[in-house]
Amino acid sequence: MNIIKTLEQEQLRKDLPEFSIGDTVRVFVKVKEGTRERLQAFEGTVLQRNGGGISETFTVRRVSYGVGVERTFPLHSPRISHIEVVRKGKVRRAKLYYLRDRVGKAAKVKEKQVNR
Amino acid sequence: MQKAILGKKLGMTQIFTEDGLLIPVTVVQAGPCVVTQVKTKEKDGYQALQVGFDDIREKLVNKPLKGHFEKGNVAYKRYLRELKLEDAEKYSVGSEIKADIFSEGDRVDVSGISKGKGFAGTIKRWNQHRGPMSHGSRYHRRPGSLGPGTSPGRVFKTKKLPGRMGSDRVTIANLEVVKVDAEHNLLLIKGALPGSRGTMLTIKETVKN
Repeated sequence: MNIIKTLEQEQLRKDLPEFSIGDTVRVFVKVKEGTRERLQAFEGTVLQRNGGGISETFTVRRVSYGVGVERTFPLHSPRISHIEVVRKGKVRRAKLYYLRDRVGKAAKVKEKQVNR
Repeated sequence: MQKAILGKKLGMTQIFTEDGLLIPVTVVQAGPCVVTQVKTKEKDGYQALQVGFDDIREKLVNKPLKGHFEKGNVAYKRYLRELKLEDAEKYSVGSEIKADIFSEGDRVDVSGISKGKGFAGTIKRWNQHRGPMSHGSRYHRRPGSLGPGTSPGRVFKTKKLPGRMGSDRVTIANLEVVKVDAEHNLLLIKGALPGSRGTMLTIKETVKN
């Protein structure tokens, strides 16, 4: 088991910022268009973080043109260029599935006040 | 067959390729295997290598095997298997086979003993369908009709019925070697392999080319 852990350890990304559930993040994804590569941003609320180690994933939800869009990214994927934490959220559970049933202002996550 | 090695299944994980593809892999501790006997056409009637894998304590070896190991002056091994290599005569007793005989992108066949499932019904064992669960059917997971009546007056052999499932020798063909760690003798093979963690596996060059 240890051998597998060390194998995974080598692939983990340490350059990503810490973020947790409820935060608003901007994920910059590398997109290939023919031979050219460009960055595409996806901004939204972190709905959940799933799994651990190399297989950890996170889901980002945003509402665009009235349609809810969720994208799940493998956290340690090399396709993710970088992640910006836009806003810290104050939430009381690990999976924010309740946001799916809410629209407008009710679907907002309160901002966390940073301790001084 | 040019290349073959014995290994031990360590478990599964996943790795990323450079362009971000996620590949499921099984990690195999492949070798180091040591040649314990070289079988030749003149002496044994066929050509093969007998190799040992996985070191064990002296206490675990019985006397006849101990003599066999000491004759070739090699360490005691848990598993002894024959590999029918074409170039068997090039090896000598005591020489080692390591994971670096394979390289990235090679195709391999992997054999091992599959996980035991115990006494399994026809649905699990032969992928048959079940009967309706409701509307008074009272026929849920049973094997169905066993065949015609008075003629032939018996149940045909090979009729698919419940019984012991698993613990069979299974070969999975044409798997890709994703990565080779020569330093630690590790092979990362794409997909699942037979057996549980700790199962001994035989990894051969594929016959599918």
